[in-house]
Amino acid sequence: MELELTEKERAFRDEARAWLQEQLSGPFEHLRGRGASGDQDSYVEERIAWGKAMGAAGWNCIGWPEKFGGRECTIKEEAIFNEEYVRANGPGNVGHIGETLLGPTLIHFGSPAQQERFLPPIVSGDEIWCQGYSEPGAGSDLANVQTKATLVDGEWVIEGQKIWTSGAQYSDWCFVLCRTDPDAPKHRGISCILVPMKQEGIEVRPIKQMGGSAEFAEVFFDGAKAREEHVVGGVNNGWKVAMGTLAFERGASTLGQQYLFQQEFEQVVEAAKNTGASKDPIVRQRLAHAWIGLKVMRVNALRTLEQQGADLSREALISKLYWSNWHRDLGKLAMDVLGLEAELLEGAPYELTRMQKWYLFARADTIYAGSNQIQRNIIGERGLGLPKEPR
Amino acid sequence: MEFCFSEEQNELRRAARRFLEVESSEARVRAAMETERGYDPRVWKQLSEELAWTALTIPEAYGGLGLSYLDLHPLMEEMGRTLLCAPFFSTICLGANALLVGGSDAQKDRYLPSIAAGETTVALAYAEKNLAQGADAIETTYSKRGDGYVLRGSKHYVVDGHTSDLIIVTARAEGSRGSEGICSFVVPGDAAGLTRTWTPSMDQTRKLATIVLDGVTVAADARLGAEGDAWHSCERALDLARIALAAEQVGAAEMCLDMSVEYAKVRHQFGRPIGSFQAIKHKCADMLTMVESARSAAFHASALAGQDEVDLSEAASSAKAFCSDAFFHCAAENIQIHGGIGFTWEHPAHMYFKRAKASEVLLGDPAFHRERVAQRMGL
Repeated sequence: MELELTEKERAFRDEARAWLQEQLSGPFEHLRGRGASGDQDSYVEERIAWGKAMGAAGWNCIGWPEKFGGRECTIKEEAIFNEEYVRANGPGNVGHIGETLLGPTLIHFGSPAQQERFLPPIVSGDEIWCQGYSEPGAGSDLANVQTKATLVDGEWVIEGQKIWTSGAQYSDWCFVLCRTDPDAPKHRGISCILVPMKQEGIEVRPIKQMGGSAEFAEVFFDGAKAREEHVVGGVNNGWKVAMGTLAFERGASTLGQQYLFQQEFEQVVEAAKNTGASKDPIVRQRLAHAWIGLKVMRVNALRTLEQQGADLSREALISKLYWSNWHRDLGKLAMDVLGLEAELLEGAPYELTRMQKWYLFARADTIYAGSNQIQRNIIGERGLGLPKEPR
Repeated sequence: MEFCFSEEQNELRRAARRFLEVESSEARVRAAMETERGYDPRVWKQLSEELAWTALTIPEAYGGLGLSYLDLHPLMEEMGRTLLCAPFFSTICLGANALLVGGSDAQKDRYLPSIAAGETTVALAYAEKNLAQGADAIETTYSKRGDGYVLRGSKHYVVDGHTSDLIIVTARAEGSRGSEGICSFVVPGDAAGLTRTWTPSMDQTRKLATIVLDGVTVAADARLGAEGDAWHSCERALDLARIALAAEQVGAAEMCLDMSVEYAKVRHQFGRPIGSFQAIKHKCADMLTMVESARSAAFHASALAGQDEVDLSEAASSAKAFCSDAFFHCAAENIQIHGGIGFTWEHPAHMYFKRAKASEVLLGDPAFHRERVAQRMGL
């Protein structure tokens, strides 16, 4: 069950494979497999250096147009690269918010000056971005953002609070949804503003998660400043920009993610064999069910990748709901297979095992980037044409 | 491997849908399911003679079109969509596959051209009263007599077994066990010593029969494959049928989804369409997720089925388990979304609900198939 590769795609894959292997068995060997879900706050400095090395070798932002520093790779080539990346145990990419969210947003909505200023350092790995969308009162109801930006003497002055901001601790910049017209209807008074993180007036408080690590943070804006021209897509047009950003995820990362899932699944099978749970008929049913589900996920992804150019297909719409449920169920199965042993930590005071980490982190999978409930709304409304909720 | 249907396959699907919307409309299905035969011979004639569906997967050397299983896939989906009442699944997916996988050139030459032409229908008599699955299901015996064989035993749950021209009977050598000693025989439906009766069943759209073999004598050339060593080909034929059944389940599941969505858009309560309530919308979203994923499972298996050397067991069992669950889920939710009307005889929801259960348990239930996958995984 493999993608059929053309000569050119095979050469591309081999090039990527060779480079990744050379780097990850050489200068960056210590980063192999680090910084995955549940481990994103480890080796941050080293991973930033890794991102710069990737950039220098031309492996960042490979799907972007050449004039913005990309390689104009097809989505299939991006998927190939991502799969190779995970196969090679590449570390969690600290630059991914810039590469997958802000960059495409600027390419689509940004002014030439913004593109010129901000895209090159994303490609080179020199500037790290975070995303300032969610607020305590604006989660699924994103349009309810209350963080306020006011023009004072040719500068935006920002007051308010963001939350669940991944990587805020080490980011250089944040793209922040702010209310710029408090009198307009709630979708129409929002702007997307690019804000430097290293300044007085911004305070970052990491949020300790249930797994003990702190990968996201609260960000407090107390008179933080941004330049007037750093509004993306025009003042009070931020809602459209935000919706655009959320649509840029093209599914290129899914094959790599599935490779990761397969490694986790194999770990569960191994554990089942070791504990003897694999002889239990119910566990056997669940393991087979998970395995079938993973293979189906792969065909779903391959079907999506073959449908390039078309509108977001039904296979693409179901992707997030499908994988997050699958992953959450695998976490539960892993713990069930281990029985009492599932409780034992790697070490004191609270060092989780690898399986415990993803068991716990999978509970976030069904919440972030559009909760399962929001995903079902999107599938129902965009995929099936069902009427919208009254709002 | 390509992961999309080709333009030709999509065209085949559109043509099938146009035909079935008329010839397998709800009214026509209801009329057919009320009969003991279970189908309308006129429709069978049309789909075999005019549309050449029966010829589709049979090789050109035997009067067929020699198309692939992936070409059959959209057709199966469409048949499932309307619950087509016809001996297509029994004749082509079970019978013809058993002959293709296990038969000699001479046997293929003898039987396949008339099957391709729609002149001969076939049933595969495999399951028995014991309800076991896999090779253990087979208790009917064969024994040598002169140049031929004598068959004794009884076969149950035989799809279209009461009407088919030919019955392929799986049997085992007396005293053999497991997958040893298994063989299939082509038996005429009117053979001496063979009695067959329609078994009324909950799903009226696919008829089942019981076949008693009380010392049925067949010639040596009725045997498919090597004597006592045909379980492997028997299993492959069953796997091919499971893959086709999985595709049929996808189409039927999608029809349940479409009915639900349509109803959710027009039915109003509390002054608005019920599809605007998340309680209903989210059910539909889950159904779509299952339908598209089931399509992936069946598609992958259909694509593999065209490759002779590939072991199909894991893909077939995965598809059958996944698509069975998806179809049942969608058929059940369809009733719930429709509310009271969905529970009536008048509404077609029950026909899908009943077919869902019938096809779920046919040729191995999901638990059987998951265990089979577990074994292939080395558990």
